[in-house]
Amino acid sequence: MNKTKNFLTSQSFVSCMASFLSILFGLLFGLILLFLFNSEFALRGFNKMIATGIGSSDKLAKVLYQAAPLIMTGLSVGFAFKTGLFNIGATGQYTIGAFCALTAVIQFQMPWYIGLLAAVIGGALWGAIPGICKAFFNVNEVITAIMFNWIGMFLVNLLISNMPKMIANYWAGPQSDRTASLAVANPSGMIPKAGLDKLMGSNYMNISIFMVILIAVLVYLVLQKTTFGYELKACGYNRNASEYAGINAKKNIVLSMVISGALAGIGGGIYYLSGTAQYNLVKSLLAAGFNGIPVALLASSNPVGTIFSGLFISYIQVGGDAMQPEFAKETIDIIISVIIYLSAFSLLIQEIIRKFIKADKGNVNAEQQNEQPKKGNRK
Amino acid sequence: MSEYVIEMLNITKEFPGIKANDNITLQLKKGEVHALLGENGAGKSTLMSVLFGLYQPEKGCIKKNGEVVKIQNPNDANALNIGMVHQHFKLVEVFTVLDNIILGVEPNQMGFLKKTEARQKVMELSEKYGLKVDPDARIEDISVGMQQRVEILKMLYRDNEILIFDEPTAVLTPQEIDELMEIMRCFTKEGKSILFITHKLNEIMAVADRCTVLRKGKYIGTVEIQDTTKEELSKMMVGREVNFKVEKKKQKLRDTILKVEHVTVASKFHKNNAVKDVSFEVKGGEIVCLAGIEGNGQTEFVSALTGLEKMAEGKITLCKKDISHISIRERSKSGISHIPEDRHKHGLVLDYTLEENMILQEYWKPEFQNHGFMKRKAIREYAKRLIQQFDVRSGQGVSTIVRSMSGGNQQKAIIAREIEKKPELLVAVQPTRGLDVGAIEYIHKQLVAQRDAGKGVLLVSLELDEVMNVSDRILVMYEGEIVGEFDPKQTTTEELGLYMSGGKRQHGKAKEGA
Repeated sequence: MNKTKNFLTSQSFVSCMASFLSILFGLLFGLILLFLFNSEFALRGFNKMIATGIGSSDKLAKVLYQAAPLIMTGLSVGFAFKTGLFNIGATGQYTIGAFCALTAVIQFQMPWYIGLLAAVIGGALWGAIPGICKAFFNVNEVITAIMFNWIGMFLVNLLISNMPKMIANYWAGPQSDRTASLAVANPSGMIPKAGLDKLMGSNYMNISIFMVILIAVLVYLVLQKTTFGYELKACGYNRNASEYAGINAKKNIVLSMVISGALAGIGGGIYYLSGTAQYNLVKSLLAAGFNGIPVALLASSNPVGTIFSGLFISYIQVGGDAMQPEFAKETIDIIISVIIYLSAFSLLIQEIIRKFIKADKGNVNAEQQNEQPKKGNRK
Repeated sequence: MSEYVIEMLNITKEFPGIKANDNITLQLKKGEVHALLGENGAGKSTLMSVLFGLYQPEKGCIKKNGEVVKIQNPNDANALNIGMVHQHFKLVEVFTVLDNIILGVEPNQMGFLKKTEARQKVMELSEKYGLKVDPDARIEDISVGMQQRVEILKMLYRDNEILIFDEPTAVLTPQEIDELMEIMRCFTKEGKSILFITHKLNEIMAVADRCTVLRKGKYIGTVEIQDTTKEELSKMMVGREVNFKVEKKKQKLRDTILKVEHVTVASKFHKNNAVKDVSFEVKGGEIVCLAGIEGNGQTEFVSALTGLEKMAEGKITLCKKDISHISIRERSKSGISHIPEDRHKHGLVLDYTLEENMILQEYWKPEFQNHGFMKRKAIREYAKRLIQQFDVRSGQGVSTIVRSMSGGNQQKAIIAREIEKKPELLVAVQPTRGLDVGAIEYIHKQLVAQRDAGKGVLLVSLELDEVMNVSDRILVMYEGEIVGEFDPKQTTTEELGLYMSGGKRQHGKAKEGA
């Protein structure tokens, strides 16, 4: 009795439970929306949405492929959260990371690992700027990061359009509005597939998901096991107390943003070095960066949890894509958004679960009191 | 009708790992001042939160005028005419006094505020009870004592009959405390009932009619004040005899540990300097007390001493080493330990566990880390030893989140950490603020133990009793200057009070060393 109660009220159980429940609510709500939009295909559509991801190995490969950058941006946002900062600039850092990676492998014909290194540096630099503004001039990191999202995107567009070698048509490709396909421009710039593509029967499959899991575990270790993580979290929880303890809070704010930026940068690098994606010269921010926010929230910023929440969101997206043509692309986007949105309610649901467990306990007591004034307490 | 206005019968409230209230009964008569006495963590706040609807008890019931009532939330409490002045005021800083008083019960006509009536009512109340306030002043601009008056007026404006004061005197000057007592007496004459939560025995003896004592979540008893003594109350509260007099060995002075020369610190709030040309010394084996009314530069001086703030001018020497311009960490390494004024803001990372807080100053030492990896086991053992040695109590031992601990135990944790650092100089800023007699006695003993071990202790305190009892030498600070130096054996609280309020000053600067 006591053990089950302790287990039921333990933090990890409640937060896991909350995540599952909020996902469930999201899916239910998505089903209702499906009925509203197109009741005839609703059930079939729903089935596609939740079953496609594991339906075939190539779809599963797609899930893993899309999950990798999502997990990275999720880690980026989550890391900043843990240290008390809101990194809304993940998308900018992601874009810069992508650009640096592509420049290294296309413009300079470097191998893929140098490309990823360039992505790390680019993302870190783009994260450092809001960090420095926050630490030394007390400018809110959200404002700076939003500005640098746009600056980053337009800067990248400007640079790429002025680097002819980067564009697809330089390599005899048909388009002039996107970067060259790596298969043509520099096959060694692609992240190795290590035979996984043949195993899964999908061109999308490469080793990036494993790199990402490794990085997530690494981030977890840094935050939980090192003095550096101890300092960072202390600054996040209470800047005054960490200054009192002699911790250099300014340095830690900058470092936190640098690391957060680097993580997002890797995300960009991984996605565009897969060989299956080309950077489009568009005029809107890349969604991958923003999607990191719900990924992080859904995992309560826990780096290991981020792996699973990233996989989940990617899974839903792949399932959503399979719902065409019965449902319009926009409808699918709305449904996915609703699911993600409700998924982010996990904190609220945590509270409800706790209340529920407590209320249960309260009733038992009330009954006890009515019948027998005092029974030995249940400790 | 029942004799009691409010009865809380057999209340039991549990939190994970701890029974905060265990079968507690509290009965409040109409027109009395009823004190609720208990150590920190005895369950006073929990009990009041139950009465105020913030917590639901697992067992027990609440009666008003003999009828069972259910209080689900503070609005229910309000509807039953129960009002509370919280220890930390619940005021909107940027609103005016009047706006704060009417907040939540704004008189209006079709959504438009009718402030004239409200103002009239507030002014009437203010005059009737001698609670002088300026209705148009903003909360952030007025003193703490004044803010408390606003809180009291808030209760009166709502026609509350049962008034709860949660440690109302912790933030007040001696004069303000006297005024508050007078106001309380005035309320009871009108038939209002007062619940007075405190652990200051003098105040209970002065103003209360009856007193209910709690200890470690349990009900100890209710006594008539006229039939009891201070000693008896404290025994009930702590469970043993408490010694009010601090035991000190004969002083053995050693070399100078801290030397402060012409320190000046700029103020954050106004153009004048907060600390003006302050010089003094602390020798090993003495407790020097910096006395003064709040806001006379003590906070700023300590910030400059510990490195939290830069000083404009001057020199600080610690054990013959110039520390005027080195970092906080370096100062800490040189031998300063600092028990900060605000334990929540500076002293603790509230969301960290107890063990993580225990190493806040020393996590970087080789004992606790190896190439940047924390030695969890060593940390745990260290923390376990400290909480045992310093008797820090918490629900889940060293893995308790500090936020959930009681104030007294939080303070003990800080003291354990700072003393265990083995400092040369211990800077203790209001170390006993808001603590009960048991904890105060304990902390004073620790300070004296440091002194007897030949360390220097700089105590900053607003409590005159503490100043007189603990220190070997008193420096009075007024408007950023040291205006007098005293030997506690040869002065009186009245004389100190005069210097503290600027009524008198010694000519020339206080002599160094004495």
